[in-house]
Amino acid sequence: MSFLIKRLLSTIPVIAGVVTISFFLIHMIPGDPIDIMLGDNASMSDKESLRTELGLDRPIGVQFKSYLVDLSRWNLGRSLQTQRPVLLEIKERIPATLELTLATLFFSLIIGIPLGVIAALKKDSKVDHGLLIAGMIGLSMPAFWLGPLLIWLFALQLDVFPVSERGTIGHVILPALTLSSGIIAILLRMTRTSMLDVIREDYIRVVKAKGVGFFKIYFVHALINAIFPLLTIIGLILGALLTGTVIIETIFDWPGIGTLLFEAIQQRDYPTVQGCVLVISLVYVLVNFVTDLSYKVFNPKVSFE
Amino acid sequence: MKKGKGRFLTMTGGGFIGFVLLVAIFAPLLTSYDPTAMTLQDRFLLPSFAHLMGTDQNGVDIFAQIVFGARVSLLIAMSVVTVSLCIGLLVGSLAGYCGGWVDLIIMRIIDMIYAFPGFLLILTIAAVMQSASVGHLIFILCLTGWASYARLIRGEILHLKNKDYVLSADALGASHIRKLVLYIWPNLVGPVMIQASFGMAVTIITESSLSFLGLGVPPSTPTWGSLLSAGRNFLLEAPHISFFPGLALLVVVLGFNLLGDGLRDQLDPKS
Repeated sequence: MSFLIKRLLSTIPVIAGVVTISFFLIHMIPGDPIDIMLGDNASMSDKESLRTELGLDRPIGVQFKSYLVDLSRWNLGRSLQTQRPVLLEIKERIPATLELTLATLFFSLIIGIPLGVIAALKKDSKVDHGLLIAGMIGLSMPAFWLGPLLIWLFALQLDVFPVSERGTIGHVILPALTLSSGIIAILLRMTRTSMLDVIREDYIRVVKAKGVGFFKIYFVHALINAIFPLLTIIGLILGALLTGTVIIETIFDWPGIGTLLFEAIQQRDYPTVQGCVLVISLVYVLVNFVTDLSYKVFNPKVSFE
Repeated sequence: MKKGKGRFLTMTGGGFIGFVLLVAIFAPLLTSYDPTAMTLQDRFLLPSFAHLMGTDQNGVDIFAQIVFGARVSLLIAMSVVTVSLCIGLLVGSLAGYCGGWVDLIIMRIIDMIYAFPGFLLILTIAAVMQSASVGHLIFILCLTGWASYARLIRGEILHLKNKDYVLSADALGASHIRKLVLYIWPNLVGPVMIQASFGMAVTIITESSLSFLGLGVPPSTPTWGSLLSAGRNFLLEAPHISFFPGLALLVVVLGFNLLGDGLRDQLDPKS
């Protein structure tokens, strides 16, 4: 319990930092942000009215204070492009990103873990080495190359899956596979190492002596014990997914938070950029927190100072 | 067994990297094409003897862009890793060696950088700064890059500074700088080399991702990322535009990952 409170307290400065940095990002724009937002052809009066509207004519301390006040009321400002509240824009994109993330996690787990178990059981065989090499390639594969390759092969040549956008289950398969290639590689490796430790344990020898079947020994008794160290990895994965989606969503025209951020960057819609950075970072902090907790709960051997 | 596997991985990775390094160094000798010269009547040519990897949508030779792009990628990655490493070495040594509130402040800053999903922070800074040069890009990548080295070095120093040979140097009256430079830093070479190798892989991927999203180096510079980004629009007509830059990236990144893994097997007795 004291661990929970300590860990919870330690996230407070981190959250404060995330909020502060995401505020100052918009103030880092070299030159006048208004000129950049409106372009060179805007009239003086337009510029002044936008400046007043955004409150950029006030001292920076006052601006930061009102930003915090707005945040406490869940107000992230309005998008310059659509004039709608940024929070609403983000909310609309969450289901798509969540769908992609869950699909990726699903593929990663059902491919990565069994392959890891097989590699461990066939340690030092050709299968093991082949899997390790494949994993190495998967890990080094740039997602923005694998994506177009998969589109070319499965969408353009074989016509099995759609090229892009969101819709049926078929739509999510290619982007999810692209995102999972690196994660599968990491899971494969971690599962292999973890399994190799577990199958040496006495209780596995006991189950073997009792005459339990092969599948049940390794995929049930051993795997359950081998899986706990993987929990931290799943946190890392969710974190990586949150950022990986920017590129993957752009490639596949997936209408999630990643494309929202990318479009906002291209259109210099800074309130939206700020909102996306804030929301994604806060989710990331939360994921790290939950991961640490679950690791502690499932693995009492671990202590955090 | 472990050592043998480590040596194999190091050699293979080193081989890939050496190959790309040679290509980058001798780029002007390998191709007679200018990687920026557009020849509009030669658009979308398939690979042939005249154009080894074909041409892109502007009629620019892809092979020329790949070999000159190798220079850009390696130059940026090496600069970023070197600068980040130097900052990390200084900051990490300071934190680990001094301890106390110096350590506390430095570690909180590092925690802050780690609180953001790495690529998101870099992406946003690049977008906001509207980086327009290679120098800018190197600066942005270093801004967050030093943290991982600082953390690694701090941890190693915490462990090394109480070793008997450091304590005996202290008893003999060695100054702080002398202890650090002569007795502690030499022991960091192994872990730092491993980290730097993975760092090269990550930096190359990050730099190409930024170029792919149009936020990297200026469009006139040939890079693998921008070539991949252009190729994406012509997947049906000209898949070769996307194929070659991606393959080049895979070879380099795989090289550095293999090297890092191999070094870890050979140098780090713990793993």
